[in-house]
Amino acid sequence: MSGELAIDVKGMTKQFDGVIAVNAIDLQLRRGEICGFLGPNGSGKTTFIRMLCGLLRPDGGSGSCLGFDVIRESEAIRKEVGYMTQRFSFYEDLTIAENLDFVARMFSLPGRKAAVAESLEQLGLAGRRNQLAGELSGGWKQRLALAACMLHRPQLLLLDEPTAGVDPKARRDFWDRIHELAGAGITVLVSTHYMDEARRCHNLAYLSYGNLLVHGTPDEIAGDATLEEVFIRLTEASTDNYQP
Amino acid sequence: MTPLPVFSPARLWAMVVKEFIQMRRDRLTFGMMIGIPLIQLMLFGFAINSDPKHLATAVLMADRTPHARTILQAIRTSGYFDFVREVQSEGEGGELLARGEIQFLVTVPSGFSRELLRGERPVLLLEADATDPAATGNAVASLKALLGSALQHELQGPFAHLATTAEPFELRIHPRYNPEGITQYNIVPGLMGVVLTMTMVMITGLAITRERERGTMENLLSMVPRPLEVLIGKIVPYILVGYVQVCLILLAARFVFNVPMVGSLVLLLAVVMVFIIANLAVGITFSTIARNQLQAVQMTFFFFLPSILLSGFMFPFRGMPRWAQYIGEVLPLTHFLRIIRGVLLKGNGLGEIWPQIWQIGLFVLVAVVIAVKRYRRTLD
Repeated sequence: MSGELAIDVKGMTKQFDGVIAVNAIDLQLRRGEICGFLGPNGSGKTTFIRMLCGLLRPDGGSGSCLGFDVIRESEAIRKEVGYMTQRFSFYEDLTIAENLDFVARMFSLPGRKAAVAESLEQLGLAGRRNQLAGELSGGWKQRLALAACMLHRPQLLLLDEPTAGVDPKARRDFWDRIHELAGAGITVLVSTHYMDEARRCHNLAYLSYGNLLVHGTPDEIAGDATLEEVFIRLTEASTDNYQP
Repeated sequence: MTPLPVFSPARLWAMVVKEFIQMRRDRLTFGMMIGIPLIQLMLFGFAINSDPKHLATAVLMADRTPHARTILQAIRTSGYFDFVREVQSEGEGGELLARGEIQFLVTVPSGFSRELLRGERPVLLLEADATDPAATGNAVASLKALLGSALQHELQGPFAHLATTAEPFELRIHPRYNPEGITQYNIVPGLMGVVLTMTMVMITGLAITRERERGTMENLLSMVPRPLEVLIGKIVPYILVGYVQVCLILLAARFVFNVPMVGSLVLLLAVVMVFIIANLAVGITFSTIARNQLQAVQMTFFFFLPSILLSGFMFPFRGMPRWAQYIGEVLPLTHFLRIIRGVLLKGNGLGEIWPQIWQIGLFVLVAVVIAVKRYRRTLD
């Protein structure tokens, strides 16, 4: 693995039917860093994250993720990455425990049962282990999704709007957990629309229309203004054809 | 607040317009509304024929005399029989019948002419593969009507009195495998194939589209399974379901419909596996092509319709025109019907049904290759 950088990519580009979704983005993340990924809807955050974990083939760009080449070694990357999708993507007709067990089997985890039990315990899901995932509220679904994508002990977490539609208390618990993980050396790239969450990141990357506009710490970016003001200004300046 | 009108033409119109827009966007549904009637017209109008003619017939000529040839000529002119083979022994002919390569075997016994001229009423033997009574019924009936007059030109002068007797020779008909001509014996085993085709294709057709629609595909793909792991993993559980259906139908066939079971049940149960896998493979292939579950169900229907009409399940296979037979030969159900009827009614062994098995196997291979090619490992 290449020293300090967990993500080091240059010129990442993706088009859909001739429309550029991600335009030559360079991004570097140190190990143990929490990077907030911000930007209006349709700015290319999800597309960029999917390219990093090999779910979309980039049209251009190069670099490495956890020391693996992002183009040629995407399968190796996926084994080391925990990806939490924007839409809940576990089986609603399976129980919490069954979902976790399935993931553990897919990754051929050694000591599968113990790993699942530990994960249930850690996220406070043990009491609900036999509840169907489809019956859970938004907050609990999100806990399950995080537990599942942490199960194979990934080095890098890619979280795509993990807290959308989650209540404030649950969001705060979630971010406490994220900081714990980062403290343990796990790198986190997390997209969000909440500015209070953005404040809790080490670094922020702001995307608009597929372009990376700003990359820096929250204080560097905002200065005396609020993050919200800065970003609204950036969005309006960057493009006249902003589409929510 | 003014009460809402009981019936608002404006709202009705809004619904109508919306439905039209959605109909136009959903190409496959639209295609099906046009395609299904066209296919049905083609199949029912041209392909299906409940009065099959030109049925493959073999001849065993133990007496090569002008009389025998005249009789054969008369049989041919009926239009129901095509002489495709001449066999040298009863055993050879019997094997062709068992394999289903011929529908009829005509035997002219030795000394036929001599006995005919002596007025001893020799026997002309017609053996029929009667597993499907509908395929042989009309042909046999026409033969009975025709043979009385067949020899009128041959039997003249001193033999003229023979021609005027009711029948100068006896036509003996052996309907083999299903002597009483019981339709259920043919339909019930065939039904097993039809049920498996319908349920197996549908179940796996939904398999991958369901993951796509519910959004679980993204998570599944991020765990990097190999395509074959996903595809086979989705097929295996339903093989079991297929066997439950097979056992149910076999029990009903045996104890409710009293279908004879001449051949080996073990062989049948083993071969059923290939057929179940073929249908599951079709379903999984549809699943990789269809964009949503509805499309997968529609594709299933597209597959099911020709399967049921062109396989020989509802209508005699040999009654169809050549082009329809070619389509039928591609479908797994066609071959499975030959296998199950062959094993249950004719007592076929592995040797006789092998040609059907490998053709289903080939179908499986093609379907799996398409499925693996169409299966996308990324969300592109």
